[in-house]
Amino acid sequence: MIAELGHYFLVLALGLAVIQAIFPMIGAAQGSARMMMLGQPAAYGQFFFSLLAFLALTYSYLISDFSVAVIARNSHSLKPLLYKISGVWGNHEGSLLFWVMFLALFGAMVAYFGRGLPKSLRARVLSVQAMVGIGFYLFMLLTSNPFDRLADVPFEGNGLNPLLQDPGLVFHPPFLYLGYVGLSVVFSFAIAALIEGRVDPAWARWVRPWTLLAWVFLTIGIVLGSWWAYYELGWGGWWAWDPVENASFMPWLVATALLHSAIVVEKRDTLKSWTILLAIIAFSFSLLGTFIVRSGIITSVHAFATDPERGLYILVFLALVIGGSLLLFAIRSDKLQAGGLFAPISRESGLMINNLFLSVATAVVLYGTMHPLLSDAFFGVKSSVGAPFFNLVFSLLMIPLVVTMVYGPHLKWKRADIKGINQRLMAVTGIALLAGLMTFYATYGGAIMPAVWIGIGVWLLLSSLQELSNRIKLFQVPFKDSMSRLRRQPRSSWGMTLGHFGFAVGLLGIVGTSAWTIEAQKVMGLGEDMTIGDYRLTLKDVIPVAGPNYTAVRGIISVSPKNAEENGKSFMAYPETRTYVSSPITTTEGDVKTTMAGDLFVVIGESQGQGRWGIRAYYKPMQVWFWIGTTIVVLGGLISLSDRRYRIGTPQRQKASRKVKHAP
Amino acid sequence: MPLKRFLPLFVFAGILIAFMIGLSLKPSEIPSALIDKPVPDFSLPPLQGDGIGLSTEDLLDPENIVIVNFFASWCGPCRVEHPALELLSKLDGVKLHGIAYKDRPKNSLSFLKSLGNPYDKIGTDLKGRVAIDWGVTGTPETFIIKNGIIRYQHIGPIHQIQVEDRILPIIRNLQQEGTS
Repeated sequence: MIAELGHYFLVLALGLAVIQAIFPMIGAAQGSARMMMLGQPAAYGQFFFSLLAFLALTYSYLISDFSVAVIARNSHSLKPLLYKISGVWGNHEGSLLFWVMFLALFGAMVAYFGRGLPKSLRARVLSVQAMVGIGFYLFMLLTSNPFDRLADVPFEGNGLNPLLQDPGLVFHPPFLYLGYVGLSVVFSFAIAALIEGRVDPAWARWVRPWTLLAWVFLTIGIVLGSWWAYYELGWGGWWAWDPVENASFMPWLVATALLHSAIVVEKRDTLKSWTILLAIIAFSFSLLGTFIVRSGIITSVHAFATDPERGLYILVFLALVIGGSLLLFAIRSDKLQAGGLFAPISRESGLMINNLFLSVATAVVLYGTMHPLLSDAFFGVKSSVGAPFFNLVFSLLMIPLVVTMVYGPHLKWKRADIKGINQRLMAVTGIALLAGLMTFYATYGGAIMPAVWIGIGVWLLLSSLQELSNRIKLFQVPFKDSMSRLRRQPRSSWGMTLGHFGFAVGLLGIVGTSAWTIEAQKVMGLGEDMTIGDYRLTLKDVIPVAGPNYTAVRGIISVSPKNAEENGKSFMAYPETRTYVSSPITTTEGDVKTTMAGDLFVVIGESQGQGRWGIRAYYKPMQVWFWIGTTIVVLGGLISLSDRRYRIGTPQRQKASRKVKHAP
Repeated sequence: MPLKRFLPLFVFAGILIAFMIGLSLKPSEIPSALIDKPVPDFSLPPLQGDGIGLSTEDLLDPENIVIVNFFASWCGPCRVEHPALELLSKLDGVKLHGIAYKDRPKNSLSFLKSLGNPYDKIGTDLKGRVAIDWGVTGTPETFIIKNGIIRYQHIGPIHQIQVEDRILPIIRNLQQEGTS
């Protein structure tokens, strides 16, 4: 009964989406306020019913109603509560419902907070938002209905893939989807602006918080996924350039570019059609990320289901949404005339160069991801590019990007003085060079690139701090004055400082863990030991453990400094190998001991007989820096989001327009 | 209306066409054109100086079913797949060979050292040239061969559950084929 209600709510939401798509658009074209006004109630109603449908599916999961096909396929009555809930969006059908529910929520938020928007713009945004929604509702109802019943009700469900039963993965997909869906709002604003034929700084002030919100969600989602891979897959890797990872990375890269180009639109009233194009591309990648991965067109470990009917629908949908909007862009974007010209050395040029490198990076990832398919489809040759390709290209491509990040924030709008900046950065540049040289010396005989990258990372780290200290005139005015300047810094500039600083911290982590990871493995009996780096591991005991839906073998390993004379704390590590009841898959739960210097990652393998066990250990220098860095980046995004100027719903239009007039 | 504004549309159209062709190819399901064809001619150097490498002759073994697995240390799914390979390597009448794909020998060696080496013989395909002849789409990828004829191609990691469901039945069929 509940499942049928859910199905019914879904149809109702579709109906309201159709109303929301048609009438506000016509109303905006004809200048009919009454028709435009239909947008808001339709948006609220659409969200209400999609939420009810989502709750209906969640309820069915909670009571383990195995007559619902999706639940029988993916759930299990013995599964812990958390994973029953996360199971709702852990599959194709449920994730679509999750998607469309948030699509409707964001539409409703635009309707509610958008009271300050020009009426026609808001009507058009809501309409575009609903059109995307219609595509999703139809896709679900025609090919992937989450409420489909089974004729023969199974007694027990299939269970969720144990690899996916992990807290990291409970929150990874929803954040990713929130990021994808958040970009839909930006997309709707872009399309509405194209139809309207007008992009101004006020438009950019609306688009920026939504981009920022989506970008923050995307960042969290990607990092959580990578964190999950690091802990759960038990081989200490956190990024493999898998097509699915790439699919989430591309919208992130484009959203990052958009975040920066929207600033140029806002402050200098130029770079408009480029920003519009980025908004379209960012959402296009979100759709690709959501769909293409699942259609099985691109093979991947992650791929969920292959179904030609779904694949065809997806292609038609993508052709309509992306093709249609790019066509609209081609026809209409010349209406958006650019403002002034750029001086080659200026903040806006810096932002444009940053956009250039981010776009090239996106193109590289797109090429690498599409390469197997392209070469197969067009030349009949099967080939692929692997992680080494991406690692090489990125390690080179990121250098000019980071240089831009070092200089950009120091540049003034319109015309900047590069000599002055070089002078101010002299000390910072010196320390960075020293850090690079010291790294080179310490790792003499090894690769050169890691040393170069350490230098670059330190450079960015210090220069972003220096930029902040310049702004608050540290050591130039009395300390107390500096502190009060610090407190008065706008939150959006805190966002930039933290974003760049966190990026630098994360970058150093990436360099450390990619360049200097060591690993060791040994088959050990009780009481035997092995060494890795500065640690000595001793296998004390191996005990069986029973979890809620698995049994496990747990190693008890004491870790002490390699040299017994050295005074260092010893501690215990408890890695596990779990075997799940519902499916014959074993997972390794490595135990990770984290310090700022590096992670010690201990994994217990299968029994080798005669009371001996394979123990693997990795030492990953500075791994935690990556997690700390990304956390700082996210924090910066959130602080910037709370900036009053960008607060969703209260863009102070008067103040803003005054500012624009001031700019000659 | 400058033409360059249409550029994004054209690029997308190209991608879309590739997707349309890709959908009919279904790379994850339709086996390669090499099925029921003889194995390509190749000869690969060994992973270590003292090994013997891997070449076409090794796959013509009339006694055993031969499995060839393309792997790389940089490939996460290869690690996921590893326990399944261990299972396959222990089967009677089956020889499992590995080809390290675009991987530094040092890394391949430490990969095998840490996880265990299930392979009988290993060849190193540094440039990925041999992989192209095999029609490899990516790593991991696995071929089942009998009398030098490729009989089955598995794209992506072999999950342990697939060993029972898919791989073992194929091997048993091939083994019976010979006796009857």
